[in-house]
Amino acid sequence: MRTIYLDNNATTRIADEVLEEMIPALTNLYGNPSSMHHKGAEAGAPLALARERVASLLGALPEEILFTSCGTESDSTAIHAALIANPDKKHIITTMVEHPAVKTYCEDLEKKGYRVTYVPVDRKGRIDLNTLYANLSKDTAIVSVMWANNESGTIFPVEEIAKKVKAAGAVFHTDAVQAVGKVDINLADSAIDMLSLSGHKLHAPKGVGALYIRKGTRFAPFLMGGHQEMGRRAGTENHSSIIALGRACTLAAEKMDEENTRVKDLRDRLEKSLLESIPNSFVNGDLENRLPNTCSISFEYVEGESILLMMNEFGICASSGSACTSGSLEPSHVLRAMGIPFTAAHGTIRFSLSIDNTDEDIDTVIECLPGIIHTLRQMSPFWAEAMAAQGK
Amino acid sequence: MWDYTEKVRDHFLNPRNVGVVENANGVGEVGSLSCGDALKLTIRVSDNDIIEDAKFQTFGCASAIASSSALTEMVKGLDLNEAAKITNDDIAEFLGGLPKEKIHCSVMGRDGLERAIADFRGEVVKETQGNVVCECFGVTDLEIERAVKEDNLTTIDEIIHHLKAGGGCGKCHDDIEAIIHRVRGEATMEIIKPVRMSNMQKIKLIESTLEREIKPALQKDRGDIELVDVVGNKVYVRLQGSCATCSKSQITLKNHVEAKLRELVTQELIVEEVK
Ligand SMILES: Cc1ncc(COP(=O)(O)O)c(C=O)c1O
Ligand code: FES
Repeated sequence: MRTIYLDNNATTRIADEVLEEMIPALTNLYGNPSSMHHKGAEAGAPLALARERVASLLGALPEEILFTSCGTESDSTAIHAALIANPDKKHIITTMVEHPAVKTYCEDLEKKGYRVTYVPVDRKGRIDLNTLYANLSKDTAIVSVMWANNESGTIFPVEEIAKKVKAAGAVFHTDAVQAVGKVDINLADSAIDMLSLSGHKLHAPKGVGALYIRKGTRFAPFLMGGHQEMGRRAGTENHSSIIALGRACTLAAEKMDEENTRVKDLRDRLEKSLLESIPNSFVNGDLENRLPNTCSISFEYVEGESILLMMNEFGICASSGSACTSGSLEPSHVLRAMGIPFTAAHGTIRFSLSIDNTDEDIDTVIECLPGIIHTLRQMSPFWAEAMAAQGK
Repeated sequence: MWDYTEKVRDHFLNPRNVGVVENANGVGEVGSLSCGDALKLTIRVSDNDIIEDAKFQTFGCASAIASSSALTEMVKGLDLNEAAKITNDDIAEFLGGLPKEKIHCSVMGRDGLERAIADFRGEVVKETQGNVVCECFGVTDLEIERAVKEDNLTTIDEIIHHLKAGGGCGKCHDDIEAIIHRVRGEATMEIIKPVRMSNMQKIKLIESTLEREIKPALQKDRGDIELVDVVGNKVYVRLQGSCATCSKSQITLKNHVEAKLRELVTQELIVEEVK
């Protein structure tokens, strides 16, 4: 059976070009970059190149890039650093729709005496800027707002927010794990102080990430020990994965246009066709400001896991919300924050595309999904009721 | 991805008996759209109390659909009294087992059947008449009591897996915990605690009280306790894990361990720590 992989917001395939650059790092370049011999130097050079490549994608300086073990570590490091560097400030502002990497950490900080404001979103997943600005105060240490939401794909006006936050004297961090490679980012012209990214969302391996820290931002390390990363993160580098991340960033720059044209067109075609062929369905998110690859679509009166498993029979891989929230009994916190009606919240599916997807992939979904939803609705006690109520 | 058995997959992908029985004389409805799963079971019972036909309509995950399908297969042709004995475990077993997080799907099946039978008999299911404890999933105190008793549940997680109660906002956790304590406390009191005990009986009761009532609470905080000896009314124990180094261990020993043993075994006991 052919795999139709439409779960790229969960993770992506390692690109061939990326893997190719990784191999020498896993074989010949085994020296420790910190060592004082030729094997060390040999390993250090590609590390420096990777740093330049990541910086270049973001419009940043190489010394502003810190390599980490994942997006989650980047997020934790950023928030932790801002709080340690500003010990008098006890207030954090974030949103109700952050990834658990930020959300759960903030909830834990609440237990440790910090005050956290979670800014709500509207039905389209857009954050309430007035509430955010109204809560900024002298006590605010950090504001953390994701660049784009992993479930709805909604893009937040982080550059605009960053300016206001800077004027109020707080640090601004953005979780750009889903935005990097899909949205044009130029940190040189922005007021963003810190930005997180993760390798496995842009065709690099899992278990590598980066944190951008604007030059001059006060910082305190999360991991202490050796002198790696200019003393900002101890621990011998995940050398091969960092090299891969560097290559993935140049690839992302090359493919950004394609993401926003061909991939976006595939997404739009998928969405339009499903809406037309499946009654009682609707798309979630801010259609004017959305990642080009993401489609969150709700089907009333059916349940997401059933849809996923039936699609899996056709080789189609998608998700019913953030992978982290699966196993819970409630719809994801993002859908709940958006106020998706309860008739549809449990039946929400996220398709997330990448440059690997083809027209054929989309055709298969368009062909299979209407039948799946129909089958499940015929089984659902609520579908018959709803149709009867509508006189159908 | 869930580890579903082949049988679950089969009943999910090829569900048996979907729909509504014609001339049904028993209907059982459980769950709701907002809860994420719901079952409507219809049965037709013959004059001599045989379930002639059973069909289901289910909204929910794969294991909810499979459990409903399995249920209809299990009850068709059964005598009503036999059908009434079917438990959630029976449904899970029919399917070759369910992941523990999905046990509530088999409980939903059992509840649907129970309600359909009650509906046929013109009765109402007692458990639905209780007070709602978990608002997120509309679960009553009587339903929780029953699950604690019948399925021998001891923790909130087990309640969540069985009934979903407590799996939402979490504000009902204290109430659920209180029900577990009450029901299990009653159970221990009822079963054991004879009026006069032999030494052997006393030691056994001390042991079982430690196992059931005391260890789980300590283990939650990564501590543990070991029974060293019983001499007359003196109970010698050794604290382990985090309890061994905890500054409050003496308070735990007196207020928790000794109090519980006195309550459930005999008032005369004195607990002492052996280092
Ligand atoms: C928005 C967002 N932030 C953070 C993360 C976590 O990244 P990682 O898996 O690399 O820790 C993810 C990935 O699921 C994400 O989507
Ligand atoms: S009331 Fe029980 S989980 Fe919310």
